[in-house]
Amino acid sequence: MEHNVAASRLQGTGAHALELDGVARHFGALVALTGITMRIAPGERRAVLGSNGAGKTTLFNAVTGDFLPTAGRIRFFGEDITALAPHERIRRGLRRTYQISQLFTNLSVLDSIYLACRGVSRRRFSLLRPSLSDPNMAQAESIMHVVHLDADRDKLVGTLSHGQQRQLEIALALAGAPRFILFDEPAAGLSPTERRDLVAILNALPKYIGYIIIEHDLDVALRVSEYVSMMHNGRLFKEGTPEEIENDPMVQEIYLGGGHG
Amino acid sequence: MTLAAFTPAAPVRKSWFERLGIGHVLLGAFLLLYPLIASDFFLTTIGGYSMILGMIALSLMLLAGYGGMVSLAQITIAGVAAYVIAIFGENNSNVHGFGWPWWIAAPFGIFLAALFSAMFGWIAVRTEGIYTIMITLAIATASFYFAQQNYTLFNGFPGYSGLRAPEAFGLYWREPRPFYYLCLACAALAYAAVLYGSRSTFGLTLQAIRDNPRRMRAIGYDVTAHKVFAWFLSGLIAGTAGVLLAWFNGRISPGTIAVGPAINILIIAIIGGLRHPIGPFLGAVVVVLMQTFAIDIVGAERFNTLIGLFFLVIVFVSPDGILGLWERFKPSQDRDGWHSRPDGTGV
Ligand SMILES: Nc1ncnc2c1ncn2[C@@H]1O[C@H](COP(=O)(O)OP(=O)(O)OP(=O)(O)O)[C@@H](O)[C@H]1O
Ligand SMILES: [Mg+2]
Repeated sequence: MEHNVAASRLQGTGAHALELDGVARHFGALVALTGITMRIAPGERRAVLGSNGAGKTTLFNAVTGDFLPTAGRIRFFGEDITALAPHERIRRGLRRTYQISQLFTNLSVLDSIYLACRGVSRRRFSLLRPSLSDPNMAQAESIMHVVHLDADRDKLVGTLSHGQQRQLEIALALAGAPRFILFDEPAAGLSPTERRDLVAILNALPKYIGYIIIEHDLDVALRVSEYVSMMHNGRLFKEGTPEEIENDPMVQEIYLGGGHG
Repeated sequence: MTLAAFTPAAPVRKSWFERLGIGHVLLGAFLLLYPLIASDFFLTTIGGYSMILGMIALSLMLLAGYGGMVSLAQITIAGVAAYVIAIFGENNSNVHGFGWPWWIAAPFGIFLAALFSAMFGWIAVRTEGIYTIMITLAIATASFYFAQQNYTLFNGFPGYSGLRAPEAFGLYWREPRPFYYLCLACAALAYAAVLYGSRSTFGLTLQAIRDNPRRMRAIGYDVTAHKVFAWFLSGLIAGTAGVLLAWFNGRISPGTIAVGPAINILIIAIIGGLRHPIGPFLGAVVVVLMQTFAIDIVGAERFNTLIGLFFLVIVFVSPDGILGLWERFKPSQDRDGWHSRPDGTGV
């Protein structure tokens, strides 16, 4: 596994899970992202580290289409998705979570996850009420179980605690057979117990599901990823294994030193 | 992701009667028996008219309550259906009047109204909040002036008169009792459909889009398509009400779809409450009663001031309208049959 990942990363051909070529995003005069070139093999788990404002979330937005990139190409399992609408990318197996929870405040927990399961199925449109035997409902129940929200199934999302809302964020990304997930600081604001749960959930994902995780907490990041990319001022400036990153003097200066915050 | 076997708690099966709710049963019985106690005036001018306006306000409640899209063009959409039956059916204005039978003209009018609604929606969904109100107000205003100035299609200022509910199934539907029951049947159907639909997959989708369109895209939904379809459904309800309105008034003219009536629909919906589909009908009854009787007391001049004041008081005291007042003061939870949840998803 390790070997394959390394090999295909170097080749730059074949169907990568995600392939970015010179991706850039400008906000007016502000260059939030520039010259991002990145290849991620299927099933690879990658951490992206970088100080505040480095462009990590902007990178995710470009990949999912929340904001289109100003320049560059993005390929998902070999297919060029640069110009696709966000929901089309999702239907191809891409998922994401948000740094600031984006949830349905007035829906119940179960209904939210149910919609997420249904959204990528062909039967996403129906004027009927979900039946008791609806497979999407059964799937929603099991995902709800994975993120420990069973007890709150009928609660309105707006009444959940911060930690529970973060769990629900993850549940929405796990719904409906994802192939690749972008996690944007899933551990932010979680208690140590909740963090342990999160690490367990990520490590229990099926091997074929790859992901990128943005995480300020190095401890969490290094336990759930096998390769690390460092970002600064909208650029990728270093990639390597967790050990290489931890020992890199430049990284220590910019990120682990005073650069943070 | 070990998807552990999870057995859902066996759902409690309720009888249809329990699920209907005592509130619905009582209300239904009252409305069915109402013709026994009501004069023709109360039957048609109060009862029938309230249900027609209630349906138009319901079409707004669907968009605003579940979809978060406040439209001022609902009376315009109803007007499309009304003009269609005037032009394609029979009228006595000696313009057009192709004489199509009602069972073709009415469904065609309703369908065309829904198409126009979807088109308005398609224009409006690019906007949000106050801009949706502005753009639908612009559509309503432009439609009014167009209908008033165009004689070839809309017969301009006088519009069309001589529109009548048909004779069918051995009944004269323009007579007070049959017309009342016709309005009741349409209103009940629309109400039940919205109530059922609020918990349907589409209903949940619409409410989720209202709460967070960005996330909906990120779980695979085409937000624009779903919103436009909500406008289409809303148009079916408004269009049905439009046909009834034309039969009720016996005519359709630009005055019916002017800006005043357009705002009136919004006032009805907000006075009644946008969280449950019964709200628009409550609001319609209140406004129709006020319109009918307050005019005698305060005079037509001051009537709008009165409605305006009442509107302010309601909005001030209870942002959820009369429904909200009821929720606050009702004797106990669940004694009635509405079971309204704070999200407006209803039973
Ligand atoms: N919608 C936007 N409009 C204008 N500027 C933006 C927008 N989104 C991000 N930016 C800017 O782009 C830069 C990168 O922001 P981004 O959110 O990607 O950083 P980040 O690495 O995710 O930081 P953090 O660790 O704080 O989440 C910042 O300077 C930010 O102010
Ligand atoms: Mg960020």
